[in-house]
Amino acid sequence: MTLAATSAAGAANLVQSVDWAAVAPPAIAAVVALAVLVADLFVPAARKQLLGWGAIAGLVAAIVALVPLRKGDRSTFCLTTGADACSYTADHFTLVIQFLVLGGALLTALLSLHETEERLPPGEFWFLLLCSVAGAALLPASRDMATLVVALEVASLPAFALVGLKRGDRMSGEAALKFFLSSVTATAVMLLGVSFVYAATGSLHLTEIAQNLDDVPAPLETLAKAGVALTLVGFAFKTAAVPFHFWVPDTYVGAPLPIAAYLSVVGKAVGFTGLILVTVIAFPTYADVWGPALAVLAALTMTVGNAGALRQAPTRAWSAVRLLAWSSVGQAGYLLVPIAAAAYSGDDQIGATVAYALMYAVVNLGAFAVAALVARAHPLNRISDYRGLYATRPGAALAMGFFLLCLAGLPPGVIGLFAKVTVFSAAVDAGLGWLAVVMGVNVVIALYYYLQWTAVLFRAPEGAPADRPAPAKQPVPAAVTVAVVVTAAAGVALSGYPQLVLRFAADTLF
Amino acid sequence: MLDISESVMQFLLVFLVAGPLAGAAAALLPAPPGLRGKSPDQAVLRHGVTVTGAILAAAIVLAIGFDHGRPARMQATTDISWIPALDVRIHLGVDGISLPLLVLTALLTFLCALYSYFKMPAGPSPKAFVALLLVLESGTLATFAVLDLLLFFLAFEMVLIPMYFLVARWGGEGRRAAAWRFILYTLLGSVVMLLGLLLVGLKAGTFDMVALATDNGRDITTSVQVIAVLAIGVGLAVKTPMWPLHSWLPDAHTAAPTVGSVLLAGVLLKMGTYGFVRIVLPIAPDGMHVLAPYLAAFAAAGIVYGSLACLALARTGARGDLKRLIAYSSVGHMGFVLLGIATMTPTGVNGALFANVAHGLITGLLFFLVGAIKDRYGTADLDTLAGATGAALYGRAPRLGGLLAFAAVASLGLPGLAGFWGEMLALFGAFRPAEGLSRPAFLTFMAVGAFGTLLTAAYLLVVVRRVCMGARPDAGRPPLPDIQRYEFAAWSPLAVLTVVAGLWPAVLLGLTDPAVQKLLAGGKS
Repeated sequence: MTLAATSAAGAANLVQSVDWAAVAPPAIAAVVALAVLVADLFVPAARKQLLGWGAIAGLVAAIVALVPLRKGDRSTFCLTTGADACSYTADHFTLVIQFLVLGGALLTALLSLHETEERLPPGEFWFLLLCSVAGAALLPASRDMATLVVALEVASLPAFALVGLKRGDRMSGEAALKFFLSSVTATAVMLLGVSFVYAATGSLHLTEIAQNLDDVPAPLETLAKAGVALTLVGFAFKTAAVPFHFWVPDTYVGAPLPIAAYLSVVGKAVGFTGLILVTVIAFPTYADVWGPALAVLAALTMTVGNAGALRQAPTRAWSAVRLLAWSSVGQAGYLLVPIAAAAYSGDDQIGATVAYALMYAVVNLGAFAVAALVARAHPLNRISDYRGLYATRPGAALAMGFFLLCLAGLPPGVIGLFAKVTVFSAAVDAGLGWLAVVMGVNVVIALYYYLQWTAVLFRAPEGAPADRPAPAKQPVPAAVTVAVVVTAAAGVALSGYPQLVLRFAADTLF
Repeated sequence: MLDISESVMQFLLVFLVAGPLAGAAAALLPAPPGLRGKSPDQAVLRHGVTVTGAILAAAIVLAIGFDHGRPARMQATTDISWIPALDVRIHLGVDGISLPLLVLTALLTFLCALYSYFKMPAGPSPKAFVALLLVLESGTLATFAVLDLLLFFLAFEMVLIPMYFLVARWGGEGRRAAAWRFILYTLLGSVVMLLGLLLVGLKAGTFDMVALATDNGRDITTSVQVIAVLAIGVGLAVKTPMWPLHSWLPDAHTAAPTVGSVLLAGVLLKMGTYGFVRIVLPIAPDGMHVLAPYLAAFAAAGIVYGSLACLALARTGARGDLKRLIAYSSVGHMGFVLLGIATMTPTGVNGALFANVAHGLITGLLFFLVGAIKDRYGTADLDTLAGATGAALYGRAPRLGGLLAFAAVASLGLPGLAGFWGEMLALFGAFRPAEGLSRPAFLTFMAVGAFGTLLTAAYLLVVVRRVCMGARPDAGRPPLPDIQRYEFAAWSPLAVLTVVAGLWPAVLLGLTDPAVQKLLAGGKS
């Protein structure tokens, strides 16, 4: 549309017309972020809660803004000269990931609503969260390297601050520093890679890079290869793929719980999206390089993640969050499998990653929501604290059991099972039999710790109830309850009708 | 027999699968007024009996309405799309192979619910117990009723969680470790099986079992078939269990509560052998041809191994547990089933299916009886039970002793009882295996299997002698309660069916034979 308009105006016209509706989802998040920051100056301390509601309203508005784009044919910020290349594309892939990011952020916001009353500074918190969301929502739409890097940084930089936001908590600051240092290193490496690729191909647009990489002059070939490899490293870090996973457990434990949930879902989505965009759209020529590399990375990531999760002693402090952190590393391994498969048998496999990511987002946020609920009574958040949860809060225990079984991929978590089946079938279809077998073994390992946790939920509470009075039941903030109910309902609905997310695995998204 | 309209039949089959699930959800809710009973516990246990009873009634009506003239045809079929993205369809149907297993499952679950109503195993609240029992029933019935590979996998996995909790919560000594062993073993097997199923489905372009069986593996190259059979076979063999993948079974049986053991032996093990007949034989016949001799060899080894293990446990001073002994005897019996399947002949496969049902009836009864003995004596340890001369069950509780002896001789394959036909037909099948399979090898396996029947007879007779006979105890010891009325109600159907199947095998064979012929011939018949 815009392309037609601009070309009609003549090649000389360098003024682009912007399709505001297409860019609305990230734009709304950014504008509301600024609005919240300014409003923080004027809202009296007693009514800071309004900021949170404002942020939630903004996220809902951003989600609603996705609706008019559902045909998936918009793009804007296109080159006015020559080639058909746009910097911002709202195709189906973009819309699904944006929905995932915004929905995940909305659930995070619900979890944080109560925290901001007590422990976190509300103005800064909401501003940083929305900024990060704006970046994460922009990323899937970016179709040139510069926008991609900018979006990645906009999504990451506020996240460092969010991790360190717990006042007077030494661990929080340490976690933020760890996260920051390792992330910045990765970004620097990635920028180097991007500049190499630019030097070799002379373009920043992904589609043009793909074309130009086909005929890189011989002397520059090594440069191009190095550029491809270094660029991938940056994204591998964001997805917490092995060996770039060391920051994960400490960061999750140090961060406020809702932020850990946010990082585990939205942070990962950002990494995957970037990885998918550069591999499948920009570097298809080098599929023989990144395909095997990603396959090995996937196998290592799931193995190391699950082994780490297996080692968590249930009585250790923060073992629940640590286990979720390690298991998220393991899950990242599964998410990488279809991307690796795409190198062997075409773009269609990407859908399996998207479908899996949607399932993972719902159930992992659900698990974090229950963890936030339990953390109110047991601030140390050990797995042994979940013992007898069924006796005190049957609803929360059933929901948690369901989420864990979804993550494990066992009935009644039907959606978890079928999401894994799509990933398996992507691997088998691509002829990556060995990777499928490695993943199979990992699924069994993961089942062990997920089921162990599930079993703890339903065990009788420690000590006879007669000789120790039950601890007074703390009231649960309504927003956390809403988050648990929404994720559980979504999980059950998906289990009954998996087609809702699995349809992305069936058609091409680009 | 009876002409029931197709739509009613469809509904019955769907009800068989979905009914227990709805019942499980209802069991977790508080009882509505009017159904509260004497106490919440009693109400929920009664709910379990009602639901399983309704399912059994539906299964019997389904069996009556089944067109016995054409058992090879899929009947009461439902076929609706569920997940188009993965090409998964809710495709249900029943033929002569699955009908007996459906009825057996419904019957055993009902009897277990009835037994638990009067004798709830020690453990936490019966609410969860009933809910898990119903989910387990739904999963097993679904396994026998679905005709889609991925749905089969889903149903196969569905039984894991309930069985895990049944063992880990209501079990006896060492239950936690046994439950872990059970679930990790089976899951490892079933993940490998999933890969095999995906391989078949992706290469053949459909997951529909009927379509795949009609194709008879024509679209899949032999090498792919071999890999697929290997992968699927490992998953099924763990479940069956085939020697040497059986080591989870004795622990699980020893630790499980009585009803858990009954369902595990009577129903869950059948899922593995059913998978061999329904999936492996018709869908990848070439692959099966390559691997059949190995399967038969493992089966024959299992027969002898199971019997020897039992003999060792039955010895004086071995401190053998009766439940463990029966678990090992299951390994031997399932060896016959696998041997029958490996022959790839109608005779062998029919024998396997018959032995399947017979094992479900007889071993179910045996586990009930051993559970009752354990409750009465407080131990299932054979040496403690038997003391110096024997437990003297004939003298102290004559009916219980008589029934145990009956079940034991049924299990050793006395002609005229259910245990005989299946094993004999399996050995017959091995005498003349399918074309292309090495006859000398199968003759050897047949001889080994026949030797195994002798060993089986030996250990079962030793058990009968040590448990049922013995010096009459002195008057000072308290009398042992004989069979109670509820026990009689739960056990007599099994005993009666054992006799009926033994005297009139045509009831079952008439159902399975046409279906087996069709499966082995594929689209050709």
